[in-house]
Amino acid sequence: MSAPATSDFHPGATPIGWTLTFSAWLIATVSTLGALFLGEVMGYTPCVLCWYQRIAMFPLVLVLTAGLFPFDRRVVRYALPLTLAGLGVALFHLALIAGWIPESIKPCQQGVPCSDVKAIWFGFVSIPLLSVASFSLIAGLLVATQLKSPK
Amino acid sequence: MKQKTVFAVSAVVLLLVFVAGALYYAGQREKAANQLAEANRTVLVRMHSPTLGKADAPVTIVEFIDPACETCAAFYPLVKQMMAANPDKIRVVLRYAPFHPGSDKVVAMLEAVRRQGKFWPALEVLLANQAAWTENHRANPERAWKQVEGIGLNMEQMAFDLTSPGIGSVIQQDLEDAKTLNVTMTPEYFVNGKPLPSFGFEQLKGLVEQALAENRAR
Repeated sequence: MSAPATSDFHPGATPIGWTLTFSAWLIATVSTLGALFLGEVMGYTPCVLCWYQRIAMFPLVLVLTAGLFPFDRRVVRYALPLTLAGLGVALFHLALIAGWIPESIKPCQQGVPCSDVKAIWFGFVSIPLLSVASFSLIAGLLVATQLKSPK
Repeated sequence: MKQKTVFAVSAVVLLLVFVAGALYYAGQREKAANQLAEANRTVLVRMHSPTLGKADAPVTIVEFIDPACETCAAFYPLVKQMMAANPDKIRVVLRYAPFHPGSDKVVAMLEAVRRQGKFWPALEVLLANQAAWTENHRANPERAWKQVEGIGLNMEQMAFDLTSPGIGSVIQQDLEDAKTLNVTMTPEYFVNGKPLPSFGFEQLKGLVEQALAENRAR
């Protein structure tokens, strides 16, 4: 695939890659603040799987910021592995609450069970579903950054 | 330059939304807690609840307590100080909320001790030496038993009283009432029926002072 010619010739203009990475940063930041709101303000105790997803999501806010100023397309190399790891855990979590994974291999024995669904909005939106959506969008935007930015 | 502005404005807007949301949520929760307490006044105090202070004291503090809870142990002397500073003005009613594993057994022990009239000294010994019988937020009833042995109890009588069905139903009733009042963490206080606006000793002190002032005005 050939990299499309972008704004390299216009030093003042915003490169498309910057906008894509910035969008990924926006999603990561909204997700992070959302997780903090659920945990710290509403007082939901995060289960083990939630913590693993937080471990992947929170650093993205800082890693992506570092990649924005000055814009560096290699930020994809650093941010995408975190994103995919988070997406993996989020998918596992979603499968768990959907009942696709049997009870016996639940990784949580103590404290808050991960299969316990705390909140459902509009009848189908659960916290793990939001997590899957965020990680997927971030992954998509990072891949797009890679494809759309000139080397 | 333009990118930095976009970034900075987004970051500030998101943070402001977060803070505004948190403040709004806290306000809503306080309102809901007040309404819940108002609607369930009758379950706040039960006949069986241990009580300290004059029965006709103008200020009643209902405390949901877990003897294995560290914050409960830290707050207990502060509440006692508040009572000492306002003699005959404050009455404390204890409700059990044994949320820590093993803690219900310790509460049962306290109820058995209570039949020998030594409830408050036993509770004070347990709270003061909490680290000796709890580990990793888990209560060890045998070690708690050892703590109260020293205060002069008839241990045989106590072992017998422990088996009485009355004790189990007291604990069950308190846990049910905690659920009704949405008490999920300990200690939780209600001052003359009002829950704390947010958790903290200053908030508790504020509510007590307010109640005392209302009493003086009457």
